[in-house]
Amino acid sequence: MSEIFVIVEHRLNEIRDISFEMLWKACELAQTHSHTVTAILLGHEVNALAEQISDRADTVLLFDDERCKNFNAGTYKEIVAALIQESNPILTLIGNTSWGMELAPCLAVKTGYPLGTDCIDISFQDGKLIAQRQMYDGKIFSNISFADSPGYLLTVRSGVFAKDPLGQRKAEIVKKDFPLAEVPLKKEFVEYVETAAGDVDISQAELLISVGRGIGEEENITLVREFAEALGGIVSCSRPIVDKNWLPKYLQVGTSGKSVSPKVYIAIGISGAFQHMAGVTGAGTIIAINKDHKAPIFRTADYGIVDDLFKIVPALKDKVQELKKG
Amino acid sequence: MDIVVCVKRVPLTEEVDLVIDEQKKGIKKDQLAFVLNDWDNYAIEEAILIKERHGGTVTAVTVGNEDDEEVLRRCLAMGADRAVRVEAGDMSRFDSYGITKILCRVVKEQPYDLIFTGVLANDDYHGMVGMMMAEELGINHANMVIGIEVEDGKLQTTSELEGGLGEVSIVQLPALLAIQTGINEPRYVSILGIRKAAKKELKVIDLSELGMTDEELAPRALIDEVYLPPETEGAQILSGDPAAIATEVVEILTKKGVME
Ligand SMILES: Cc1cc2nc3c(=O)[nH]c(=O)nc-3n(C[C@H](O)[C@H](O)[C@H](O)COP(=O)(O)OP(=O)(O)OC[C@H]3O[C@@H](n4cnc5c(N)ncnc54)[C@H](O)[C@@H]3O)c2cc1C
Ligand SMILES: Nc1ncnc2c1ncn2[C@@H]1O[C@H](COP(=O)(O)O)[C@@H](O)[C@H]1O
Repeated sequence: MSEIFVIVEHRLNEIRDISFEMLWKACELAQTHSHTVTAILLGHEVNALAEQISDRADTVLLFDDERCKNFNAGTYKEIVAALIQESNPILTLIGNTSWGMELAPCLAVKTGYPLGTDCIDISFQDGKLIAQRQMYDGKIFSNISFADSPGYLLTVRSGVFAKDPLGQRKAEIVKKDFPLAEVPLKKEFVEYVETAAGDVDISQAELLISVGRGIGEEENITLVREFAEALGGIVSCSRPIVDKNWLPKYLQVGTSGKSVSPKVYIAIGISGAFQHMAGVTGAGTIIAINKDHKAPIFRTADYGIVDDLFKIVPALKDKVQELKKG
Repeated sequence: MDIVVCVKRVPLTEEVDLVIDEQKKGIKKDQLAFVLNDWDNYAIEEAILIKERHGGTVTAVTVGNEDDEEVLRRCLAMGADRAVRVEAGDMSRFDSYGITKILCRVVKEQPYDLIFTGVLANDDYHGMVGMMMAEELGINHANMVIGIEVEDGKLQTTSELEGGLGEVSIVQLPALLAIQTGINEPRYVSILGIRKAAKKELKVIDLSELGMTDEELAPRALIDEVYLPPETEGAQILSGDPAAIATEVVEILTKKGVME
């Protein structure tokens, strides 16, 4: 029997969904393998957050310190590494988030524990830890295992595990003292900045016509815009379109953009990377146009058109215009 | 400001049916086209932009085989001053930590104020080499960087968080930043530019010259097996000529109540 650590991620006084998802998975593994679940909560004045997760762990280790008010990998890694060295948890789960992706590799070097990132499933098979992940834009899956070690570190992809509590646990909330006298803050938090809002809010749209890198050239976006206009829908896009400055950030769908929930989402030249699809889980119906029949988007879309968008979109536009003329 | 940028050559996997190799440890790569990892393209551009504004040097480094020099030449053509390749033989025997240690060893040999990596490499999708390097070198770091302003002896960085939020921080130099896509608009590189850059220094170091032990480089994470995605029900495929497909799509849109 050993412990499973879950590093609880929170921002602006709210526990992030990934934390609940990791706790769910930790409870599931703990149930089958008689481990216990320890939630690690670092923050400042976060007692209320500790209460919120107390039915999902056996212990909540709570560090309350001014210096943990905002996430800081420099501070976090010192504290978490010290805790890991103290109790040697068999497994430590960290979110595969912007923050977790900074923290986890540092911890791997500090503790000497093997690290697997962006895991979509985790199991112990004959006592051996196996993590499932994806490579090559989701076109290939892999199972990875690790060299023998007292413990392992895994980062977990958002949205793959349930957010609900699992089983009956009642955590003891244990306040920990800061184990380090002085942590040099080499990276100082300044502020959070929001993406500028635009003239449309895609999160409220009922019909989204979304364009991806398959569009090839900036000028070609006109084609999508005309189709959207004919249909009375709103144009949104995948990240590369924003990266290239072809459309503004507020039209981007996905983890680093917006979550949308239209009745219909038409994805044009979008491969269906999970960071994109995470933004459309609330969509009613997804129609994908992509010329690669192996594009991951066809795994989650409701309807697929495997063809060149430059043939299909004009035909769609013509058809819609013809109907609307009546 | 002397900047080292770690770059990797990765296969293009769009519109190809990937084939698993005999050992089931990877994919067959002989038929694939290769490019500079997208994130690294932004990283090298950012380094060159900083050099153009503040002076200094840019060095591109890769651990790989001779074919991988292609991406180094591209970096030189973009404006890097020199390039280094570590010839490491069979790359499949290393995990990300092994690559990290090799990169750190090379980086330590030269003066630097700043190191850039990409957030992720498109092939393995690990996203760990950058921050592991920072920890291994004991320098400051920031991840998912979408904005950099150089100030006296320090940087103001913006990191991208989920949901379109940015986190602004002050980072003291020397530092390692993992660069996210969209931070700039990478410049165009012509064939001629690549040819011209052939004169620039491209140094090759053999791994054996670095005096690293097998034990030091032994992998801690191992691929047991790779496989094609499990079958799912998937999308209902609409087929026919474009006009027929359009008719079907319009029917769906009408049924879902979005065609007024
Ligand atoms: C931390 C992080 C956060 C991210 N956040 C987001 C996010 O919020 N939103 C987001 O979208 N991405 C995000 N990404 C990027 C994501 O991983 C993918 O790189 C991105 O979604 C790919 O966009 P795409 O599908 O438009 O491009 P690609 O993956 O390049 O796909 C283009 C598709 O177009 C198809 N195509 C090409 N030509 C044609 C044609 N003529 N006709 C039909 N089809 C064609 C191709 O087959 C291909 O499938 C994030 C990545 C990271 C690391
Ligand atoms: N073989 C390599 N040579 C040089 N840099 C690398 C190599 N592998 C990874 N990197 C760097 O590490 C970043 C993240 O890669 P990864 O952790 O493999 O996803 C890449 O964007 C590169 O900057």
